[in-house]
Amino acid sequence: MSAFLDRVGRMDRRLIYVAIALAVIIPLVAGLTFPVITTPIVQNIFDKLDSLPEGSRVILTADFGPSTVPENMPMIQAVLRHALHKKLKVYLLTLWATGIPQLDALEQNVLAKDFPDRVAGQDWVNLGYKAGNQGVINSAFSDFPGAFPVDSKGHDVRTLPIMEGVKRIADFNLIVCIASGFPGVKEWIQFGGDPAHVPVAGGVTAVEAPLLYPYYPRQLLGLMGGLQGAAEYEAALVKQYPEYASRSEEAIQRMGPQTVAHLVIIAFIVLGNVAFFTGGEWRRRRT
Amino acid sequence: MIRVTLPVLLTSVVGFLLVAAFFFRGLNRVNSDLSEYFNIIAAVAFILGGGNLLRMHLDKVQRRRPGWTYSIVTVVAFLFTLIAGLFKVGNSQGWTGPVEAQGSWFNFAYDAMFNPLQATMFSLLAFFVASASYRAFRARNVEATLLLVAALIILLGRTFVGAFLTSWLPQPLQFLSIPNLSNWIMSTVNLAGARAIIIGIGLGVISTSLKIILGIERSYLGGRES
Repeated sequence: MSAFLDRVGRMDRRLIYVAIALAVIIPLVAGLTFPVITTPIVQNIFDKLDSLPEGSRVILTADFGPSTVPENMPMIQAVLRHALHKKLKVYLLTLWATGIPQLDALEQNVLAKDFPDRVAGQDWVNLGYKAGNQGVINSAFSDFPGAFPVDSKGHDVRTLPIMEGVKRIADFNLIVCIASGFPGVKEWIQFGGDPAHVPVAGGVTAVEAPLLYPYYPRQLLGLMGGLQGAAEYEAALVKQYPEYASRSEEAIQRMGPQTVAHLVIIAFIVLGNVAFFTGGEWRRRRT
Repeated sequence: MIRVTLPVLLTSVVGFLLVAAFFFRGLNRVNSDLSEYFNIIAAVAFILGGGNLLRMHLDKVQRRRPGWTYSIVTVVAFLFTLIAGLFKVGNSQGWTGPVEAQGSWFNFAYDAMFNPLQATMFSLLAFFVASASYRAFRARNVEATLLLVAALIILLGRTFVGAFLTSWLPQPLQFLSIPNLSNWIMSTVNLAGARAIIIGIGLGVISTSLKIILGIERSYLGGRES
């Protein structure tokens, strides 16, 4: 028995890889989903966006690359749908060079499909990518059109109706930063939202979320952490506006495989500890 | 004298101006302009960085150092991106178009190489995390046990299973439910640690910045005058 548990304790890692692969593939193919309950830290973002009057200005940033699309894209799509449904003016931008295709995907998947009646330059604008990290936010703080002089199509932003009355970051009602690193939520708080007294909401990968808790709730209105955070926002959106049930449930569907994968990891951790205590390793350590 | 004094003086003036700009609204414009200057200087630094990257990797290939074949990939990828970028002047279309333009070199590089490579790298993490968790999360001592228990609660708390497992708890004991425990760990234990780190980093940044602004720390000039 002891020898067997010793072997379990030194399990071939390829077995773990196969188990994880199956834990992801089977629920994905079977379409396994679980109920999602929205926690207050995500509900705060939803409530704030929902309470903004029509025509309010919202900066929505896509500061992430393709590696975190499965986590970040459902967040930004749900927020964009919500903002457009509420007839808010949306200013899309990115401080990441790899964020340009994400903005393009938003135009194709959300704006063109769900809101074809909304006019670019009037109801929403894609300001594209601007290099300079937090320096761009610093510039936009006092001169927003100066920091983003043209939109993604090369139009002078000063000629766009949506830019009327927009001089600095303080002229916005909300900043929603969907990010997966630097520059991201922290920089938008430190250089944009906090000094300009504009509320900032964030959506980040699960590994980054713990680092942002010190800013919540005074400097950070709310936070979507990882796929779970995205699923919680989608759940809040679908609960309030059931018409988005079929279109805005990407994260809810992906939570099935993630839940099973978490359970498999927990099972391996428990198994490893059982083998550790009942096998030879623990006894050798004690003697 | 000029090689040392002038940069130190320039750094001091710009440093003090930026600190003052944070407190005085009238200096907002200066702050904004200096941020733009930073972007321009950073763009010049890209040229130096690109040249250095080429020099290092070509040298590695020439001397056949370990991993020199990867250096060929780096140099080819760098030159491909550079050439595609140099032709992308203005809002051009076709093969010289931006990354979102179908048929452009950048679009091809992004869709066919960058996107799948990044997605693969990130996906592989799931396998390594599972394998590492199995080997590392052992209750070998008190500290490791605390880490193990916290990890299990967070793992369960981030899914519906956590709520399901402790849904039978009576209302007065709901604070012991896994989602509530998970939230407590994140918003209390994790918060205290993260805040301590942030304050520590903040103090470090202030002291280093002051040393640079006051001309005490001069290693950025090349290390000989520090």
